[in-house]
Amino acid sequence: MSAKSHSIVMLRRNFKHIARNPTSVFNAVLMPIVIMLMFVYMFGDAFSVGVDYIDYATPGLMLLAVCYGLGATATAVNSDMTKGIINRFKVMHVSRGAVLTGHVVASVLTNLVAIAALVGVAFLLGFSPSASLLGWLGTIGVIVLLGFAAGWLTVALGLSAKSPETAGLASVPLVMLPFFSSAIVPADKMGPGLREFAEYQPFTPIIETLRGFLNGTPSSGDVIPALAWCVGVAFVGYLWARSTFTKRA
Amino acid sequence: MTSSAIAVSGLRKAYKDKVVLDGIDLDVRAGTIFSLLGPNGAGKTTTVNVLTTLAKADGGTVRIAGHDAATQPKAVRAAIGVTGQFAAVDELLTGRENLQLMVDLSPVPAKAGKRVVNELLERFDLVESAQKPVSTYSGGMRRKLDLAMTLVGDPRIIFLDEPTTGLDPRSRRTMWSIIRDLVADGVTIFLTTQYLEEADQLADRIAVLDQGRLVAQGTPDELKRQIPGTHVRLRFTTVAELDAAARVLNGSTRDDEALALRVPSDGGTASLRALLDRLDEYAISADGFSVQTPDLDDVFLALTGSRTQEVSAK
Repeated sequence: MSAKSHSIVMLRRNFKHIARNPTSVFNAVLMPIVIMLMFVYMFGDAFSVGVDYIDYATPGLMLLAVCYGLGATATAVNSDMTKGIINRFKVMHVSRGAVLTGHVVASVLTNLVAIAALVGVAFLLGFSPSASLLGWLGTIGVIVLLGFAAGWLTVALGLSAKSPETAGLASVPLVMLPFFSSAIVPADKMGPGLREFAEYQPFTPIIETLRGFLNGTPSSGDVIPALAWCVGVAFVGYLWARSTFTKRA
Repeated sequence: MTSSAIAVSGLRKAYKDKVVLDGIDLDVRAGTIFSLLGPNGAGKTTTVNVLTTLAKADGGTVRIAGHDAATQPKAVRAAIGVTGQFAAVDELLTGRENLQLMVDLSPVPAKAGKRVVNELLERFDLVESAQKPVSTYSGGMRRKLDLAMTLVGDPRIIFLDEPTTGLDPRSRRTMWSIIRDLVADGVTIFLTTQYLEEADQLADRIAVLDQGRLVAQGTPDELKRQIPGTHVRLRFTTVAELDAAARVLNGSTRDDEALALRVPSDGGTASLRALLDRLDEYAISADGFSVQTPDLDDVFLALTGSRTQEVSAK
């Protein structure tokens, strides 16, 4: 049996989990939509961002949707760890990272479902992107890459946490971080201190990249840092997850 | 060639500054049940973790089915099955799906896999609940499923870490008979337990682990022989009677608090009659009388109790 087929077995297991315990996915899919409705209807008119607010906010909310899915992943990984399931796999003749790969892929696919639903609702609210086919492909590419990066980091957090509860909490900063970026309002409208933070934190170039792709005006000044952050975080998350997986028994 | 299924020598393991295993030597012959007996925190689970490649030893060698655990972990994993201390079952899946998951991850071909799953469900009496999610299972059913999952792939060496902790007496008996059946098929079992009765009932050989060291090793009978043998316990109502009896019975030990006297004896009728005759001769009457043979509890207390004193004497 190859690593690939073991990973597919694990992924199938993750899908069954999602089907049996749909609340976690509801949370991942519905929360971003609720937040979108809230911002667009309640606050949208109060922000002057130069374009239709829905067009401004949708790329940021896509990123938020990725982050909202992470809590469920961290909790699931941790309960596998603390309930001994990972140890069971480790003492079997099973390719080592398969269970982790399964979690990451399930997390990315959940992200894509959440984002598809979000974008659907955004269209109903008047979202009118001017992206070409290539722009859409770029958007999906960035989201998948971000999903992988955040997924590996979350798996590492989940493996290291003491209990499923603390694992869920550990992912909260990742959920909060998009609010302190240019997701909801442009960074230059924020107060000093926060503005600098928002400008330089990893989510801002990623959001600006998504905006660029969706408006048909991608700028390499955003795309390159965005890709660098994603690859860097994915790499760190992966190494951290691997070493925790090997060490913790 | 040796017929050792598990051979361990000089095994050491520490977590940071805390020494958990301090030079363990073990030899388990193929097709036998070996029990590692010890109180909580003695290092039983750590031993299992090192032997099953989950943790690395700091020193010493571990050979499982002839493979070195440090340098050939894959070969070791292919030869063993492990049931951890807590039932590692997937709660959201059904019993059948849990077993199928193990089949999918093992080299068992798909067709044979279906048969294996059905056989295991049948053997462990889980057919009726096979389609129910494991979250609805009782503790005993979870343990049975856990062990069934371990048996997928037919491992020849099985590690069971406290397989009956937390089970009711009936489920415990069921588990024991399952374990006996496994050995009857030629499987080697390495079992940890904190229950002396369990080790006494199941094991061919027992090693007593206390604070990271083996304090005794042998067959249940050999261990029982290591402590003061069979004796007669006489209970009296007054100190005067106790004094009188202690004077006439040579080699006896007194227990003033309980007003009792402990007299060495083989427990046979002839020696008992002689003992009673002697009491009669001096007109001493005892209030109560019992013949005591040591069980593993005595062994355990004698072995680990003395170690505790040693430590506190430092």
